[in-house]
Amino acid sequence: MNVLVCISNVPDTTTKVRFSGDNTSFDSNGVQWIINPWDELALTRAMELKEDTSNPIAKVTVITVGAAAAEPTLRKALAIGADDAIRVDAETGDAFYVASQIAEVVKNGDFGIILNGIESSDYNGSAVGGMLSELLDLPSVSAVSSMNFANGEVLINRDIDGGREELSISTPFICIVQKGIAKEPRIAAMRGIMMARKKPLQVESAVDVASLTETLEFALPTPKEPCKMFEADNIKELVNLLQNEAKVI
Amino acid sequence: MSVLVYTENWDGKFKNSSYELVSYANKVAEMTGGSVTALSIGNVGDDELSTLGNYGASTVLSAGDAGSFDNQVYTGIISAAAEKSGAKVIILSDNNAGKALAPRLSVRLKAGLASGVTSVPEAISPLLVNKKVFSGKAFAKVKVLSDTAILTLAQNSYEIVETGGNASVEAFDSGVDSSTGKTIVKDVQKQTGKILLSDAEVVVSGGRGMKSGDNWQTLEELADVLGAAMACSRPVSDEGWRSHDEHTGQTGKIIAPNLYLAFGISGAIQHLAGVSSSKYIVAVNTDKDAPIFEAADYGIVGDALQVLPEFINEIKAAKAQ
Repeated sequence: MNVLVCISNVPDTTTKVRFSGDNTSFDSNGVQWIINPWDELALTRAMELKEDTSNPIAKVTVITVGAAAAEPTLRKALAIGADDAIRVDAETGDAFYVASQIAEVVKNGDFGIILNGIESSDYNGSAVGGMLSELLDLPSVSAVSSMNFANGEVLINRDIDGGREELSISTPFICIVQKGIAKEPRIAAMRGIMMARKKPLQVESAVDVASLTETLEFALPTPKEPCKMFEADNIKELVNLLQNEAKVI
Repeated sequence: MSVLVYTENWDGKFKNSSYELVSYANKVAEMTGGSVTALSIGNVGDDELSTLGNYGASTVLSAGDAGSFDNQVYTGIISAAAEKSGAKVIILSDNNAGKALAPRLSVRLKAGLASGVTSVPEAISPLLVNKKVFSGKAFAKVKVLSDTAILTLAQNSYEIVETGGNASVEAFDSGVDSSTGKTIVKDVQKQTGKILLSDAEVVVSGGRGMKSGDNWQTLEELADVLGAAMACSRPVSDEGWRSHDEHTGQTGKIIAPNLYLAFGISGAIQHLAGVSSSKYIVAVNTDKDAPIFEAADYGIVGDALQVLPEFINEIKAAKAQ
């Protein structure tokens, strides 16, 4: 089967977040763009599973919805090991818009498992994977921390609020992953980077879909008061403040 | 315009987070001029269901047992309840279940989704609401363009408000066949006897400054004394000193306790993104220039391992008073 990994192109997680003058858009000046960390883990797991030849994975495709500026991030995914890439050419809209674009590609393709990160580190919507599942009327599992093949089924561990569940599911399905799905993200080797240049990157035009939400403006949190420092021999006073001023213990 | 809130239960009981959600829904309903309908799925007794009235629910729909959590089945039940109650705003928690359900509902009901909201909407028609973005490093104001809106509330972001009200509890037949679920749960491991990180009011956390996984005993003792949950920074879970469940930060868990105690954590920007919504942060670190002190309210420059025993003694003494 073929596996599709959905990739979001996001600012490096060390970025100091700034907005344009009127706070209506993200200021991307000097920002490094990366594969969304959860998507990178999803891709890493897809590669691990494909490399074990006892697993039924023929091809791993990556997809992103965005402008041409997102292509270096797709090339990074190809360098990590994906076989080919698709970019849906669009100035991105909301999660519903993005999910609708990916759904269109999936309908015209042949994918057994579609992997998504549980959220993107920029808009933290946790929405595209779930929306895609509903648009395609496919089953999905969210908060997945491990995935393996066994006897024609896929075995999954997922976090629930207050524990963990082991479950099985048949393909095709949508797998929405979180930390733990792969130990750490794979780093592209020089050979992978060289090969990535020659791998196919297909550009699809966007379908016409209206967003359901719109982001009007951004704001930074109000700065905190300076930290009150205590000597290591004055812990009593710190604990006193926690108990009587902050009232949190 | 009425408001529907999906209140999860844990082994037939609601948690404070459920009451937080109903309190929030009640505030939204005050703005819409409608009433709050709460939906419960699973085996929950009528006495427990009626407690939701005390936080503002006027009706509780009890859908009964629907088997293990299958997001297609549960989405069907919630959308049937939305139809029955005529809800224009649907509220879920921004937890694992809410993250699995809300996007499906959004598509099914053609209703715009604002996830991880942190406050009540600024306006209802059209709905304007603030949510966290960039993992808590910023906020965005989102406008919902559809008639119906779906909100997921970031945990610990709204106060529980008791209204003294009463709810009428109704059995609800959604017409959804729960045996149609495609996920087969084979085993469940529940965390027992441990305070969940997402529920905890106090969190004790350790970083690389703890020097080794073997040194966690003192942190566990402190957590015991405070009734706190345990957390750690990313290097600690990457090293395997602690499980990834405890990793707190941008790519781990994002938490908002009343008190976050950081021992030997320097405070990389990704870590701060996961904890900066805490009401109070206490940091102990050897480096006085560590970024954790920019996020902290109270700080001690010192070796976490040396400070901890005295810290535990002082907490014990304060608690004993």
